[in-house]
Amino acid sequence: MRVNVKVNGQERTAEVEPRLLLVDFIREHLRLTGTHIGCDTSSCGACTVLLDGDPVKSCTMLAVQADGSELTTVEGLATGTQHSPMQIGFHEEHGLQCGFCTPGMMLVGKALLERNADPSEDEIRWAISGNICRCTGYVNIVKAIRYAARLQGEQTAAPAAAPIAAAAPGGD
Amino acid sequence: MSVEVHTPPPHGGIGESIKRKEDGRFLVGRGNYLDDVSLPGMLHMVILRSPHAHARIRSIDTSAAGAAEGVIAVVTGELMAQHKLAWMPTMSGDTQAVLATDKVRFQGQEVAAVVAESKYAAEDAVGLIQVDYEVLPAITSPRQAQEPGAPVIRDEKEGQKDNHIYHWEAGDQAATDAAFARADRVVSLSTHYPRSHPAPLETCGIVADVNPATGKATLYMTSQAPHAIRTVFALVAGLPEHQIRVISPDIGGGFGNKVPVYPGYVVATAASLLIGRPVKWVEDRNENLISTGFARDFHMTGELALDSEGKMLALRVHLDSDNGAFFADAQPSKFKAGLFHIVTGSYDIPAAHVTADGYYTNKAPGGVAYRCSFRVTEASYLIERLVTNAAIEAGLDQADIRLKNFIPKEAFPYHSATGWVYDSGDYVGAMNLALEKVGYEDLRREQAERRARGELMGIGLASFTEVVGAGHGKDFDILGLRMFDSAELRVHPTGKAVLKLGVKTQGQGHETTFAQIVAEELGIPAADVEVQHGDTDNTPYGLGTYASRSTPVAGAATAVISRKLREKARALAAHLLEVSEHDLEWERGRFFVRGSPDRGKTIQDCAFAAYTNLPDGMEAGLEGVSYYDPPNMTYPFGTYAVVVDVDKGIGVVKVRKVVAVDDCGVRINPMIVEGQIHGGLTEGFGIAFTELITFDSEGNCIGSNFMDYLLPTSWETPRFECFDTVTPSPHHPLGAKGVGESATVGSPAAYVNAVIDALAPHAITNIDMPVTSDKVWAALRSKGVKE
Repeated sequence: MRVNVKVNGQERTAEVEPRLLLVDFIREHLRLTGTHIGCDTSSCGACTVLLDGDPVKSCTMLAVQADGSELTTVEGLATGTQHSPMQIGFHEEHGLQCGFCTPGMMLVGKALLERNADPSEDEIRWAISGNICRCTGYVNIVKAIRYAARLQGEQTAAPAAAPIAAAAPGGD
Repeated sequence: MSVEVHTPPPHGGIGESIKRKEDGRFLVGRGNYLDDVSLPGMLHMVILRSPHAHARIRSIDTSAAGAAEGVIAVVTGELMAQHKLAWMPTMSGDTQAVLATDKVRFQGQEVAAVVAESKYAAEDAVGLIQVDYEVLPAITSPRQAQEPGAPVIRDEKEGQKDNHIYHWEAGDQAATDAAFARADRVVSLSTHYPRSHPAPLETCGIVADVNPATGKATLYMTSQAPHAIRTVFALVAGLPEHQIRVISPDIGGGFGNKVPVYPGYVVATAASLLIGRPVKWVEDRNENLISTGFARDFHMTGELALDSEGKMLALRVHLDSDNGAFFADAQPSKFKAGLFHIVTGSYDIPAAHVTADGYYTNKAPGGVAYRCSFRVTEASYLIERLVTNAAIEAGLDQADIRLKNFIPKEAFPYHSATGWVYDSGDYVGAMNLALEKVGYEDLRREQAERRARGELMGIGLASFTEVVGAGHGKDFDILGLRMFDSAELRVHPTGKAVLKLGVKTQGQGHETTFAQIVAEELGIPAADVEVQHGDTDNTPYGLGTYASRSTPVAGAATAVISRKLREKARALAAHLLEVSEHDLEWERGRFFVRGSPDRGKTIQDCAFAAYTNLPDGMEAGLEGVSYYDPPNMTYPFGTYAVVVDVDKGIGVVKVRKVVAVDDCGVRINPMIVEGQIHGGLTEGFGIAFTELITFDSEGNCIGSNFMDYLLPTSWETPRFECFDTVTPSPHHPLGAKGVGESATVGSPAAYVNAVIDALAPHAITNIDMPVTSDKVWAALRSKGVKE
């Protein structure tokens, strides 16, 4: 079957088996390997992507169900070399350790901030409760999303403000 | 704009909470985990597993699977046996079936494998394999394993007439018996530390690439110990070790699950060798939970002898270990029950005697230390539970009984009754800080008021001591390999450096922390030090990352080699400045002439000189390698305090507050240390309240997916308040002790003690973990407590 999706702003078309899972389509066909597989049962959220802006668990959806939709994966968070507020927040607040849950967490965080620009700790904890992290105990993930909310708020208030790249993650 | 911009960038020495160097690739989805590895011509393998816990295999028919579309090969035990690979040695000196030939011995055991052009084709074909089983009775506990006439699980082993694996003892039985004879009070506790699973978010896997032209096997694996795995593969498969390259790419969490060699690794490698193409095998979550290294499963009985004042006189412990179908515990050879005999914990107990027996059962093998240094978790849990129960029985305050019995800080190095030499500690200091931060006295007052109203509130304490950093080579080895570790440091002419480690991060932040050690000791900023690890062709030999050993062992190796290079740099600086080495002083990053601080040379100047301007007779270059054999273990410690409210109507436990005081010696990156503690407190919370791998009477695994094996989410995980004291290790070059596992070791007892403290008015002394609301409800009802 033919699937047409817009992935991170780019139109992609493919012929796929009807039974192909969306996560396998993203990882194997599109080679966007930032989306991970952790459980196969919709429990862990490592495979979370945004489908028309809403978080979905791509291990429990068929690729053909995404036909005609817009997908955002972790690879679509940054704008060129400029990290998004969510990515900066995770770096600054040590919101990741092994990094395996991180793409899903950041995408859920992004979707949350779209609906609620200034979420409370409880609201953040509820929003990410469908995503499991085994490393951080969630403390710094909550802080990271709050950091991103603050940063996003400041950018909205003063869009021409200081260069984000200076605070962007280093390393390789 | 409130974005914090570091100008100039931080040096990143010891004690600085610099941001992690490794974050960048993960934040943009460019990590490289095992399942992201894709090679040209790569095939996919799926394993057929036993549906039965115990059954004889009558026949296996692979004809339909072999004829299915896309299938390249079907591998059975018979085929593996032709290559002498149907069985493999375990890390505990036993054998384990790679693919079953005679019997299956646990549900989920590997029976056959399909190699196909795609994962979907392999999954389809696995369902076409026909296996005829004769089902046998299953044994699911050490008690059943000991029953007369119990079926012998390991009947293929010559001389094995029952299900007993080992008997092991530590301590002094006579001295312990004598102390018990004169005790005023004996408090006992029997409890099961249940089977749990490390369940890292990334499962285990391999991409085996045996090059038919060169014979070289490149094995991409989710391995916490790539060098040790390479040696094991050389021994198991008979491949020459220089023809094996193990690469651990980014690892999505390990927690002990990724230490052992699993049958899937061996089958995939054999398949690649036979077919001549790369073969990928990545287990799914169900496979991960039912077949790879479980943790705990100790049935423990402890007795604590006290005098009339509550002073501890002796400890007697027996444990029955449920090891599953193969004795495959990943632990040092000398210690059959791991390091469990650290069970006297933080207390000055003059006599102790520990006996342990291991049993085969029809359950998955493994016995890995889930975020734990070889069974120290079970030991810490038992003693801390016993001490709380002793306080309740004797009518003593739970802080007081601990303070009364702690090893005093003047007594270090302390020789324990079971043979350990504790390096350093200040247990009173950690306890007092925890009591202050949790508001202990106010809480006890509140508790008294609530009890008067019939409400259940509890305060749990646990003052754990760990033994980590295995370990000195004369006592610690795995399959004979001494447990040293290594660091190789190369400084390039422009003063940038590459550090190569024998250990391997799974998220602990080695690429930052180890760069900070170089930054401190050699003065090169952490940003200019690239840390490499996980590739056996490219790093010095080491035993890997588990048991909180990276900082104690490889961290020490990094400090040692940094200091060695600093001494060579001193000679270079003296040459450049035309002064004697003895006239030079060191400040971080620079040598200068004593009395003339302006006359100096930076470490970068020295590095350049090492390649461009050498004194006569000096070898070029600024690099070296250190293999560090630690003189002793390190002993991190701390006190955790947990406050709970229990709903006596429905048995629900609500964790109100968690205060953690950790002392892991010198902290290299406090931000990373605290992150480790957060994670451990959460895993400890899961073990205490939600995580359970259990079995029905037929040996069916209950807890085989994340809908049944319940990991804590952000919603129920408590908020943590973390504090520290610093008592350096006297023998570690940096004074560091290791911290990755402290919180998983120490916190389960604190959580459960809080529940027991809440239930104390109703004389409930034990609830086995996980402490679920149905168990609490049943315990209250059994004591006649009404809603």
